[in-house]
Amino acid sequence: MTPISVTGLSVHYRDRPALLDINWSAQPGLTAIIGPNGAGKSTLLKAMLGLVPSEGETRFFGSTLEAARDRLGYLPQRQSVDWDFPATALDVVAMARRARSGWWGRLPRAEREAARHALSEVGLAELADRPIGELSGGQQQRVFLARALAQNAELLLMDEPLAAVDAATERTIIDVLKRLAKAGRSVVAVHHDLASVPQIFEHALLLNGRVIAAGPVAQVFTPATIADTYGPGLAA
Amino acid sequence: MTSFLQLDFPALLAAVLAGGTCGLLGSFLVLRREALLGDAITHAVLPGIVVGFALTGLRAGVPMLLGALVAAVLAAWLIGWLVRASRLESGAVTGIVFTSMFALGLVLLEATGARDVDLDVDCVLFGQMETLLWPEARGVSSLWDPVALAGLPPGLWLLMAVAMTVGLTVAWLWRPLRLLCFDPVYAQVVGLPVKRLEMGLNLLVAAAAVAAFEAVGSILVVALLVAPAVAMRFLTQRYAVQVWGGAALGAGVAAGGYLLAGPLPLALGSAVALNAAGVIGVLAGLCVPLAMVMSRGGRRVSGA
Repeated sequence: MTPISVTGLSVHYRDRPALLDINWSAQPGLTAIIGPNGAGKSTLLKAMLGLVPSEGETRFFGSTLEAARDRLGYLPQRQSVDWDFPATALDVVAMARRARSGWWGRLPRAEREAARHALSEVGLAELADRPIGELSGGQQQRVFLARALAQNAELLLMDEPLAAVDAATERTIIDVLKRLAKAGRSVVAVHHDLASVPQIFEHALLLNGRVIAAGPVAQVFTPATIADTYGPGLAA
Repeated sequence: MTSFLQLDFPALLAAVLAGGTCGLLGSFLVLRREALLGDAITHAVLPGIVVGFALTGLRAGVPMLLGALVAAVLAAWLIGWLVRASRLESGAVTGIVFTSMFALGLVLLEATGARDVDLDVDCVLFGQMETLLWPEARGVSSLWDPVALAGLPPGLWLLMAVAMTVGLTVAWLWRPLRLLCFDPVYAQVVGLPVKRLEMGLNLLVAAAAVAAFEAVGSILVVALLVAPAVAMRFLTQRYAVQVWGGAALGAGVAAGGYLLAGPLPLALGSAVALNAAGVIGVLAGLCVPLAMVMSRGGRRVSGA
């Protein structure tokens, strides 16, 4: 089943089109969305999730966003929240389990354990009870990753999971991505580091306001398509 | 005891309820980085209050409260519509909508003649805590005597109802509100009704503002919405302590301010009585730097 299929999706900011008539299907496995600044990469994720107004249609596993919500996970950009919020790392991850188990009453022990397990998967088991404001930037990013993992989703949408993180966090995140792929989960991640695309991802979507190329990395990640995406300067 | 119940008890209760309710809601505004929204809402509800008063001719709480809630919904809807239509930044639109609505409220206040009766600007801005009296009180037993209780100022009943509604709603929506404050985008992705929660929060603030108006005035409502919650931000990294602690601090500041203004100096033999709302405002302002100093000391200890 195709994790995502997008038909005729357009987004306008004021009168300027940010995305124009996107037609794209994500394949199972790890997919990178790449393109220059302002290409609409994050906007595409947000439009597919109904977070910004858009025209066109997005289907997840063949059904609507509403019907597929429980099968999706989301990792927003770390800077999108205020980390000086009164909560521990475990609190933040447990919120993902809440969304599945219900918002009222005590969180069942099994749910709490699932949240702890997600934290240990990103190497933060010892910091579960630390206030999030006292964590480093990389650790905060891993808390967000743990929260996305705790959703136990079949498809994870990630907005720049590897942006501005330390080397240890980068290794952890890449390991997690590969484990997810091996377990049959799909990940679509906005990615900014061209050099690492072939090492991490199987598929790529090259985006610059419109779809430049999409498909297996080996086929679409070529000097010619990169030049089309970023402009001629980058193509050697 | 009887004179305390007649003169000080209603005002003290009003101060505690207003301070506690505003202090409770304040944490959500502060955590959402929308502290000034409290200020904006307290202004935007004025035309609703005046219309509620003009239609019924009563300076009773319920019509004024309903008018205020309608005005709050209207303001939220206007802001959303203007942001979409004009594509201006939402802060600018908020400023335009709330000042316009406050101005409209002032015009209505003059035009309807409400001002001549009872609803003057001073009262809206500074409150009338000292006029809350309970002449029917005859000793402690009046506290459970229905006949005597019926003589309590009607504004106090409204304040009690609003305080209870706010407290119960916060307890009911405890975790959705936490996620809404921390990460509204993620809340939307996991399927929380974010727009409805935001509207609900704004309505609670509007209700609290109106109910607290009569006792402490709108300026103090703003102070009590912001100051206790900000002070708690320096003192705790736990959500429950932040939210309920803000309520307790708000209630404490309001009670302390009231007692310091009149009853305490009087008991100590001084003839000077201060404006209660003024002293509460000063205390609310002081608790923020005090909390900063305390947290600095605390962090040193925990880091050692």
